[in-house]
Amino acid sequence: MPDFIPPAFIFLIGALLVPFFKGQARQVFALLVPLVGFANYFTIEKGAHGTFQLLDFQLILGNADAWSLIFLNIFTILSFVGILYIVRDNKPLDLSAGLLYSGSAMGVVMAGDLCSMFFFWEMLTIGAVMCILARRTEASGKAAYRYLLVHVLGGVLLLAGIIIHIAGGGSTAFDKIELAGPGAWLIFIGFGINCAWPVIGSWLTDTYPEASYGGLIFMATFTTKTAIFVIARVFPGEDLLLWIGLVMVTLPLLYAAIENDLRRVLAYCLVNQVGFMVIGIGLGKELSLNGTAAHAYCHILYKALLFMAIGSVLYRTGKTKATELGGLYKSMPITALFCCIGALSTSAPLFCGFVSKSMIMSTAAKQGEYLIWAALLFASAGVFLLAGLKVCYFAFFSKDSGTRCEEAPLNQLLAMGIIAGLSIFVGTFPDSSIYPMLPFAEATYEPYTVGHVTDQLALLLFSGLAFTLLLRAGIYPADLRATNLDFDCLYRKTGPTIYGLFDRVLNQFNKGAGNFFVGKVATGASNFFESGSARILCHMMTPIWMLAGHSKEQIEEERHVLFKRAKRGAFPIGLTALLAVILLGLLAVVFLVED
Amino acid sequence: MTQKNPNPTDSTGWFDKKENVRKVFNWLLGACALLVLIDVIFWITGFDKHPYLNWQKWPGFQAVYGFVSCSALVLAANYVLRPLVKRDEDDYRKESKGGENDA
Repeated sequence: MPDFIPPAFIFLIGALLVPFFKGQARQVFALLVPLVGFANYFTIEKGAHGTFQLLDFQLILGNADAWSLIFLNIFTILSFVGILYIVRDNKPLDLSAGLLYSGSAMGVVMAGDLCSMFFFWEMLTIGAVMCILARRTEASGKAAYRYLLVHVLGGVLLLAGIIIHIAGGGSTAFDKIELAGPGAWLIFIGFGINCAWPVIGSWLTDTYPEASYGGLIFMATFTTKTAIFVIARVFPGEDLLLWIGLVMVTLPLLYAAIENDLRRVLAYCLVNQVGFMVIGIGLGKELSLNGTAAHAYCHILYKALLFMAIGSVLYRTGKTKATELGGLYKSMPITALFCCIGALSTSAPLFCGFVSKSMIMSTAAKQGEYLIWAALLFASAGVFLLAGLKVCYFAFFSKDSGTRCEEAPLNQLLAMGIIAGLSIFVGTFPDSSIYPMLPFAEATYEPYTVGHVTDQLALLLFSGLAFTLLLRAGIYPADLRATNLDFDCLYRKTGPTIYGLFDRVLNQFNKGAGNFFVGKVATGASNFFESGSARILCHMMTPIWMLAGHSKEQIEEERHVLFKRAKRGAFPIGLTALLAVILLGLLAVVFLVED
Repeated sequence: MTQKNPNPTDSTGWFDKKENVRKVFNWLLGACALLVLIDVIFWITGFDKHPYLNWQKWPGFQAVYGFVSCSALVLAANYVLRPLVKRDEDDYRKESKGGENDA
């Protein structure tokens, strides 16, 4: 037995083997893989493991430090819960996708060099595309294609950045890089695409709602959080991140407020919460970086819980739109309860979001970043309003839509129960759960002070009051069946537009060229080769006939006869001899002139 | 699995009763009032809440901020963003179909 088994390998091998099992054996095997991964997690000690030489590069597959271990911990938990959530259907594609996706994410966080990081980074995309395809609809097929296009672009930018960075004398170590020079900038943007930054990150809210009910749990967990991990490792304290984060915590909330599809509402809120983490990295202090790690951990928990609750609604009713749902607490009371716990977990005391967000906010305040602090406070209130109240209310408590269904299946309830329990445990006892795992042990934080609890409760309850009053005033239930344009129109609209433009220009050109060459040139040439020589002959003969004193009618008659003969190639011998003499005469003239 | 209840009003969920909804609303109002009261008491007695910033020392600051920012968020989304970005529900689907027909 080797000292170190890369966690990614356990999951990737598991993903490859899943399709070979049948029936219940497959379900048991798929659940065992994350459990083995979890057992393996406890054997990993801090330090660099799994190093080997490939060509000129040293690859490190097991760079275990506090940063990577906290992410590995939550990724392993989520892979088990995600598999448990979808295990009932027993579909090999879905189970493999989940394991492959989990393994790739673990590969990224355990990587100690840029090359192996990039390898697993690209595999994330494959896992995600499989999770979208698992929905098995036409729309999901198209969404998977769009997802692939955007992420292949991101991957190419990242690879180019890494190559330029290494070629410029940079180290292959997966460590802090200064944001200067084209290599670093390309890496920065490549990370940013996966991190759902403004404009370049619109793929997230475009494609997540098209994923399968269970695949979305993996997607919400792995892609953006590995991006947060790599940015925190490579670009901590980069000022630009503050401004990127500022847009991320504000603008998506406006979209979430008018969006009808509840999974898209959650996706917009996900971007908002990732913005929190981006700001935490941008502040670059030990406390804010601790906050980023803690918030990634907690956000994975409650976002997974919310996506699971709505996923179960989709699973049972086939619907996710606010306008089509309502009153489901009667049919799915336990799912409704878990959704409420997910809502409270965004920031209420005793739930996990409360103990992680405030580390980032307090650093912003201490640094004198008042605008950032105000935006974060706004985002805290807004995300509770939208990811919490809006989603819970419109799915479960608004006016009864008349839909009746069964409660979510036992495996889904168990999965939600585990996450809900963890969320409350982490929120209530942070000192014995996540705080000891944080990267900077000396940057401590005490969330449960009287002032902090009452302030946070006031913020949340008054957001709730605003929600209730707007609802009563008839302003809020304005969830219309509509598509809201976002930056994804850049590729969703420009694609067809460019296609249309090319269609017009190139096809018109093609048509014109066809008309000219086939219709005119080819017919012309055919006419020429059919009767051209006869015509030339007639023209040549006309002056001779005129010299011979033929009348106009006679010439016309002669031309007619000659033309017919020449076309058929049937000349009387005398005429042929005459033509031969003319030809010889012409040749003689040419020779004389040349001499 | 899913079935449509022909007469939704016949089911008697807890939230279908008006008085229960009113009860929840009253509790919410009560809780809000209590929190503001606590904040005022802290302010009068000079209790140190360990605020990050001076603004947070003002009584009811968080309450007002939560209420105003959420209302502003919904109003801005509804009356500013929505008219700018709202399109037909099948907007993207129509375009892609158009493209296929052209081809």
